[in-house]
Amino acid sequence: MATVPKLDVLICGGASCISNHSHDIKDKIFEELKKNGIEDEVRVIETGCMGPCELGPVMLVYPDKVFYQRLKPSDIETIVSDHFVKGRPVEEKVLVSETTRAIIEKGQQDTDFFKKQTKVVLSNCGRIDPENIEEYISENGYAALGSVLTSSTPDEVVETIKKSGLRGRGGGGFPTGRKWEFVKNTTNDQKYVVCNADEGDPGAFMDRSVLEGDPHCIIEGMSIAAYTVGANKGYVYIRAEYPLAIKRLEHAIEEAREYGFLGENIFETDFSFDLEIRIGAGAFVCGEETALIASIEGERGNPRPRPPFPAISGLWGKPTLLNNVETYANIRHIILKGWEWYASIGTETSKGTKVFALSGKIKNTGLIEVPMGTTLRELIFDIGGGVPDGKKFKAVQLGGPSGGCVPEEYLDTPIDYETLIELGAMMGSGGVIVMDEDTCMVNTARFFLDFTKSESCGKCVPCRVGLVQLHALLDKIVKGNGELEDLDKLEKLCYSVKKTSLCGLGQTAPNPVLSTLRYFKDEYLEHIQDHRCRAKVCTNLVTYTIVEDACRSCGICAKNCPVDCISGEKGVPYVINQDICISCGTCYDVCPFDAITTES
Amino acid sequence: MQIHIPDNPQYRELGAYIQDVKHQKGPLIKVLHKAQSIFGYLPREVQYFVARELNITESSVYGVVTFYNFFSTKPKGENEINVCLGTACYVRGADKVLSMLEDELEISNGETTKDNIFSLNTARCFGACGLAPAVMINEEVYGHVDRKKIKKMLSEYRTKEE
Repeated sequence: MATVPKLDVLICGGASCISNHSHDIKDKIFEELKKNGIEDEVRVIETGCMGPCELGPVMLVYPDKVFYQRLKPSDIETIVSDHFVKGRPVEEKVLVSETTRAIIEKGQQDTDFFKKQTKVVLSNCGRIDPENIEEYISENGYAALGSVLTSSTPDEVVETIKKSGLRGRGGGGFPTGRKWEFVKNTTNDQKYVVCNADEGDPGAFMDRSVLEGDPHCIIEGMSIAAYTVGANKGYVYIRAEYPLAIKRLEHAIEEAREYGFLGENIFETDFSFDLEIRIGAGAFVCGEETALIASIEGERGNPRPRPPFPAISGLWGKPTLLNNVETYANIRHIILKGWEWYASIGTETSKGTKVFALSGKIKNTGLIEVPMGTTLRELIFDIGGGVPDGKKFKAVQLGGPSGGCVPEEYLDTPIDYETLIELGAMMGSGGVIVMDEDTCMVNTARFFLDFTKSESCGKCVPCRVGLVQLHALLDKIVKGNGELEDLDKLEKLCYSVKKTSLCGLGQTAPNPVLSTLRYFKDEYLEHIQDHRCRAKVCTNLVTYTIVEDACRSCGICAKNCPVDCISGEKGVPYVINQDICISCGTCYDVCPFDAITTES
Repeated sequence: MQIHIPDNPQYRELGAYIQDVKHQKGPLIKVLHKAQSIFGYLPREVQYFVARELNITESSVYGVVTFYNFFSTKPKGENEINVCLGTACYVRGADKVLSMLEDELEISNGETTKDNIFSLNTARCFGACGLAPAVMINEEVYGHVDRKKIKKMLSEYRTKEE
C-alpha cells in the first residue's frame, strides 16, 4: 500500500516563477527528498500562478500553510532537513506579515496582499496541479456541467447567467447572458463557441495565468455555453507567445476526452461537444472578435463591419458565441453557487469579481482578484503595496492601448465598467500599470500610439493614416519641436479617428492621448513652451552633467560615449562637451558611482 | 516563374503534415507555423510549396505571412533575442534595454549579427510583467535586465557557440 504523504509542497509553475527558475527549485527538492529518504512522505505539486510574482519563486507547504518566497536552489537543503524532516519552518525564507512582522503560519490570508482579495476565477490557480484532471474534479470540477446537462434546459441556463449580472471580461462589458440568448435564438444546424485567449494588451497576463493554472475551468465553461446555445464544436484561439498555456490546455483537452467530458454523449446525454486549439501568429488586432474569426479561418486578421454580429454570422458564416477566458472561467461558479450569490458581489451595474495584473512601478507585482467596486487606491496601495523606492505615484494606466491614464485624485473611485469609462479609461482585460514621477506622460502617449500604429491592420483609412499622424505629432512634441497649435490638432484628430474607424482598435487607440491631454496637459505644455520634460525621460530635452565631487575618473563614461564627447584623465573629474552631446543617456546608465545628473 | 522545390527531408516532412491537416477547415496558419518550425523562416519557395499543396493562390499565402508578426521571410540568427516592449517593461526602461542591445550587438532591431549568432527583435508583452524589463533569448526569459546582465547573457551564448 502506498504511504499517504504527510506534506503537500506546492511550487508555483506560473510563467513568472518559471522564468525565475522554479524548475531548478523543484529538481533540487526531489534530490533532497531522496537524500533524506522521505520521497513517500512529501508530495510535490507544480501549480499555476499563485499571484505574488514579485516574491517568486514561491512555494506553499501544506498542512502547515507556510509560504516560502524568493527561493534559491541553495535554500532547499535546509528547508528539507529542518522543515520537512524536523517540522521547523526556515524563518528567513518565509513570508512575514507586513504589519505584525510575524511569520505567516495560519495561511497566506494574513498578508495584506491576500487579505483584500476574493478568489473566484482564480480559486484553483496555485492550489491544484493543472496537469491532473483528478485534482480539478476533487474541487467540484465538471459538476456544473453535469448538473446543467442532466437537469437544466438551455433557457434556464440563459436565465441564470442573465440574473447573475455577469458581463464580458474581455473589456467591452456586454451582458454575457444576453449574448448567449442571441446565439441560442438564432436557428442554424451548425453553431460554434469560441474562446478569445488572444490576450494582446501589454501588461495583461490574467488569461494566461488562468489557462496555465486551471485549464479545465475554461473547457467546462465552454461546454456549458455550447450546450446552452446549441453548438457542438468549439475553438480556443491562443496567442503564440503563450507556449506553456497552449501545452497545458492541450493536455487538459486530452484528459477531458479520456474522462468523457468532451466527445460524444457527454454525461450520457444527447449532448456532444469537442474543442480545438487555434494558435495565433502575433497580431494585436486579432483580439477584435471579427478579426479573430478571420484568423481562425486561416486568413489575414482583418476585421469586418458589424452587423452582422458573430451571433448571427460568425465563424464560416455560422452563428458563433465568442467570450473571453475570464468570462468562461466564471460560469461554473455561477452554476454551482447560484446567480444570487454571484449577483451579491460587486456594484449595481458590475457584478462579481475581476482579475487584475499589477505591474509597472509597484511593489507587489502580480496577479490578483477583487470584487468589482474595490477602489483603485485599495488595488494599488493596499494590495499592491504602493510605489517602490520612495517615489511619488503619478498615474495608473488601465485597459491597455485602448485605455487611459488615471491620476491620483481619482484613485478613490470604485472600479466598475461605467466609472472607468467616465474617467476616460476602461476595464479592458485587466492590466493595471502603475507609473511614478519618473514616467513622462507625453512619452507614454507616444509609446501607445507607436504600438497601435504598427498593429493597425491597414484596412480602414482613419486608423491606418490617422494613427501615423497622431504618432508624428506626439513625436514632434517629445523631441522638443512641438507648437501650441499641435495640441488642438491632436485632439481633433483623436476624435475623428475614434468616430470613423472600422473596429475597436481604431475606435479606442486615441484614448491614451485623450486621457493624458485631459489629466496631464501641463506636461504637454511644459514640453512645448519650456522645452522641459519633468520626468527627464525625453532625451532631447535633458542635459547630462558630471558632478565633480562624485566623479572618480574611472573613464567608463568616456569609453561608452557613442559620440566621444566626454573627456578627462586620471585624478581629474571628467567633463561632457554639451555642444556635441546627443543626450543619449548612455553615460548616465554606465556610471558605477552615480556621478552623472540629469537636468531638464 | 517556375520555382523548383528540392526533394529533401524538410519538404517531405512539411508535405506529410499538410496532407494530415488539409481536410480541416482553415488550416493555412497552422501549416505556416509548422513550416517555420521546420525551415526557421518562410522563404518564397516554401510559400510556393504551401500554396501548391493546399491548392490556394501564392498571393493568399504571402498575404497571411506578411500580416502576422510571428512569421518571418528572412532567416534568423541561431539565437533569437526578443526585447519585451510591453507597457510594464516600457515603464521600467525597455527602450533603454533595446538600445543597449543594439549597442552591444552592433545591429539594429530586426537585424541579424554578421556571425549569425544573434538576431534582435522586439515583442509585445510576453506576460512576464513581474520581471520587467524582460528579454527573451530563444525560450528563456531574463528578468530585471540591465547593461551588466546583458553583457553576461550575451557572452554566455557566445561561449556556447565556440
